[in-house]
Amino acid sequence: MRATQDNSIEASGLERKFKNGPLAVAGIDLRVEPGEIYGFLGPNGAGKSTTVHMLTTLLPPSGGSARVAGHDVVAEGPAVRAAIGAALQEAALDPHLTAREHMRLQTALHGLPRAERVRRGDALIERVGLADAADRRVSGYSGGMKRRLDLALALVHGPRVLFLDEPTTGLDPQSRAALWDEVARLAREEGVTVFLTTQYLEEADRLAERVGIIDGGRIVAEGTPATLKAEIGRPGIEAVPVEPGECGRVQGVLARFGEPVPAADGSVAVRLEGGAEQLTDIVRALDGEGLRVANLELHAPSLDDVFLEKTGRHLEGAGDGPETGEEPLPAGAAA
Amino acid sequence: MSALTANAERSPLPTQVGSLAGRSVLRTLRQPAMIVPSLVFPLFLLAVNSAGLDAATEIPGFPTDSYLTFILAFPFVQGALFATMNTGQALAEDIENGFFNRLALTPLRGSALIAGQLGGLVVIGLLQATVYLAAGLFAGAELAAGPLGVPALFALSILISIGFGGIGMFMAIRTGSGETVQGTFPLLFVLLFFSSISLPRDLIEETWFRTVATVNPVSYLIEGIRSLFVYGWDAEALGLAFGIACALIVISISISSLALRERMVRT
Amino acid sequence: MSRSPYVSTALGIAWRSLHNVFTNPALLLPALIFPLFFLAAFAGGLSAISDTPGFEYPPGYTTFVFGFVLLQASALGGIFTGFSIAADFERGMGRRMLLATRRRSAIIAGYALTAAVRVLVTWTIVTTVALLAGMSVGGDTGEIAALYAISLTVNVIALLFAAGIALRLRTLQAGPLMQFPIFMLLFMTPVYVPQALLAGWVSHVASVNPLTLVLNTNRHLLAGQTAELFATYAVVLGLICLLAAWAVTGMRRAEAAG
Repeated sequence: MRATQDNSIEASGLERKFKNGPLAVAGIDLRVEPGEIYGFLGPNGAGKSTTVHMLTTLLPPSGGSARVAGHDVVAEGPAVRAAIGAALQEAALDPHLTAREHMRLQTALHGLPRAERVRRGDALIERVGLADAADRRVSGYSGGMKRRLDLALALVHGPRVLFLDEPTTGLDPQSRAALWDEVARLAREEGVTVFLTTQYLEEADRLAERVGIIDGGRIVAEGTPATLKAEIGRPGIEAVPVEPGECGRVQGVLARFGEPVPAADGSVAVRLEGGAEQLTDIVRALDGEGLRVANLELHAPSLDDVFLEKTGRHLEGAGDGPETGEEPLPAGAAA
Repeated sequence: MSALTANAERSPLPTQVGSLAGRSVLRTLRQPAMIVPSLVFPLFLLAVNSAGLDAATEIPGFPTDSYLTFILAFPFVQGALFATMNTGQALAEDIENGFFNRLALTPLRGSALIAGQLGGLVVIGLLQATVYLAAGLFAGAELAAGPLGVPALFALSILISIGFGGIGMFMAIRTGSGETVQGTFPLLFVLLFFSSISLPRDLIEETWFRTVATVNPVSYLIEGIRSLFVYGWDAEALGLAFGIACALIVISISISSLALRERMVRT
Repeated sequence: MSRSPYVSTALGIAWRSLHNVFTNPALLLPALIFPLFFLAAFAGGLSAISDTPGFEYPPGYTTFVFGFVLLQASALGGIFTGFSIAADFERGMGRRMLLATRRRSAIIAGYALTAAVRVLVTWTIVTTVALLAGMSVGGDTGEIAALYAISLTVNVIALLFAAGIALRLRTLQAGPLMQFPIFMLLFMTPVYVPQALLAGWVSHVASVNPLTLVLNTNRHLLAGQTAELFATYAVVLGLICLLAAWAVTGMRRAEAAG
C-alpha cells in the first residue's frame, strides 16, 4: 500500500529482532491516516517503544518496511526526520538549561533563521503555558512542565507527523488532561497526524480515533475504541450482596442472565447475554428471591476487556517492566 | 506549518557547532561541581607538592632552583584529565537521559556533535589555563619563555585538553554510562603519576619507573609544558609535546567518530 | 550464650556490608588500588629524594613512603565504608535498619566493623607488596603491632567522619564531601620528605595537622625509632570521641528524616 497523502504512517511486516533472541516487534502492519490520532496500546514490554523508534528512524528495522510522511524510514531517514516530531518515553531535557535555551538550541539545529528562532521558540513556550517559567532551569520543573516543554520542542520545525511515546506516564490528572487537549487541538486544527503509544486505557479511549493493541510484538486488535468494544459486545453486571453469605444465591440469580466472570471478593459478576436492558429484569429477579444488594454496577466493555479477550490477560499490570525483554533502545546498540 | 518545514533547511555546520559549544559551556559553568574541582584540586596539589618537594631542588642535576616552576606543568595536565571526565560525563548524561535521541532527531551532523562538545571544552580549557598560569606566576614561578610563551602554553594546553576530552567522549559514546566514564579517572591518574611529573626522567633512580615514564606519552606532554617554564624554547620538547598532543587528538576523535556512528544509528 | 541485641545488630550489619563488598569487586578494588598506586608512584618515582641533604631515614625511601601509604589506606578504608552508608540510606536500606533496631548506634558500630575488616584485607595486600618491593622494617613485633593499632584508629576516625556526613546527607553525591577533606588533610603532612625538610606554608600546616603526628609515629615505629606513642594515642582517641559524637548526631538526623 503506498501513501497517497504526505502525512500518513504506514508499516508493512515491520520487524525488529534481538541479537540472538526473539522478535521485539514481530511483523506489524498498520496505516495511520493523515490527521488521525492513532493510539498504540499495550503493556510494558509489548514492543510499543521499539515500534516508535523504528518509525522515527532511531532504530533500523530488521525486517519489513515503513513509510512516514511519504518517505521510507530506512532509505530516506533525513527526510523522515524533517517531517516528524517526537516526544519519546523520557522527557529528554537538559536539566541545566532553561526552556528558552532549549528552544534556541532546537530551532538552531533545525536550521530556522535567527529571527525565526526567537519568534517560534517564544510562541511555542507561550502555547504550552510555560511563559512564566521560560527562564528557569528545567531541573526545577514539575513532571507536567517537562512534558509540555518536550512537546513544544517536538513542534519547533512544524512537523506533519507527531510521535508521542507514553507522554502522560507519571503525570497528575490535570497535567494529563492539558496534554490531551493540546494533542487533540494539533490534530483537529493543524492536521498533524499523531501516533501515540500508551499503556493507559483511558488515554487510548478518550484521545485516539483508532487504536491498535499490541502484545508480544504483534498487533492483536485494531479499530476505533467503540468498534473494538462492540466486538466484545456485551456489558457485565457486578453485584455486592448486603449479606456476604448470600453470594451463592445472588450468583444463582445472575447466572440466569449471563455467564459468570471473575469478580472481587464479596461480589458477583456476570457478562450479560442481552444488553443493558436486562438490568430491570435482574433487579426484579433479585427482589423476587428476597435478596438485597448493597451495590449493583453495570460495566460497559473496556479496552482491557478487548485485550483480555485477545490475549487471555488483563492489560493493566500485564507487563514485567519498562520494555523488559527488549534490547536497550538508542542510547542502545544496533543489531 | 508546511511552509515552516519547507524553509527549515539543514542548518550550517558552524551554526550547529556553535549552538552545541554554547550549550556545553553553559552547562559546565552552571555546575560548580564540574568546574570547581578542576580548578581547586590541581591548584591544591600544586601548592602541596611544590612546598612538600621543594627539597628536590637540592638533588644534583635538578634543572631549576624553584620546584614550583618545575611542577607548574602538573595542573595543566591534570586539568586535562578533568576535561576528560567532564566532557565524557556530560555526553554520558545526554545518552542516559535521552537528550541524545532528541539531538539525533534533528538534522545534526555527527561531526558537529563532537566539535560542539570539544568547542565547549576549549573555552573551559582556556579558563583553566589562565587560572593555573596566574596562580603559578603569583606564587613566584617563572616563565622562561617570556610573554610569547603564553600563547604557546595555552595552545599546547588546549590541544592536550582536546586530546583527553576526545577519550572521555569515546568512553561516553561507547558505554553510555557516566559511572564508567568516572571509573576511568583512576586509570588516567595513574598515567599522570607514572611519568616525569615529579622529577626529571634522568633523575628517576628506579629503572623500572624510569622505563615506564619514558614510554608514557604523558611524560612528553608534561615535559613540553615544563620546558616553557624552565628552559624557554626547547624545540625538541615542544615538538614532541605538540606532536603527541596532535596524535592523541587524531586518535581520540577518530575512535569517537567511529563509536558515534554505531551509537547514533539513525537511518 | 546468646549475644546482646547491640552486638547482634552490629554483627548483622557488618556481615551484610562485607558480603556486598566482597561479592562486588568494583566496591573492593578502589580502596586497594589507590594505596598500591601511590606506593608504586612515590617509591618508584621519587626515591631520589632520599639523596637530598638532611633526609635521614635509615630504612630507606620505600619504607618512608609506606608509612604514608598505610595511613592513606587506613583512612580510605573508612571513607569507602562511608560511601556504603550513603548508598544504603539513599536506596532505603538505611530506613529498614533504623526500623529493625532500637540501639541505633549499633548500626554505626556495624559499619565500623565493616571498615576494620576491609582495611585488614588492604593492609595485608599492601604490606605484602611493599615487603616484596624491598621495604625494610626496623621495628620489633610490639612496635609493628602498635603501628597497626594506630592505623586502625585512623580507620575508625575516617569512618566516623564519613558516617556523620553520609547520615546527614544520605546520598552518594556527598562522596566528595567525605573524600576531599580527608584527602587534603593527608596531603598536608610530610608526604614526600621528613617534616624538617618541608618548606613554606605546608610546613606550618603540617605542624598543626594531627595526621602529621600519626604519620611521623608510623615512620618511627617502622624504623624502630622512638615514637611519641602516648601523644599519638591521646590525639587519635580524642578525635574518635569527637567524631563519634558527630556520627551519632548524624544518626539522629537520619532517624528524624525517617
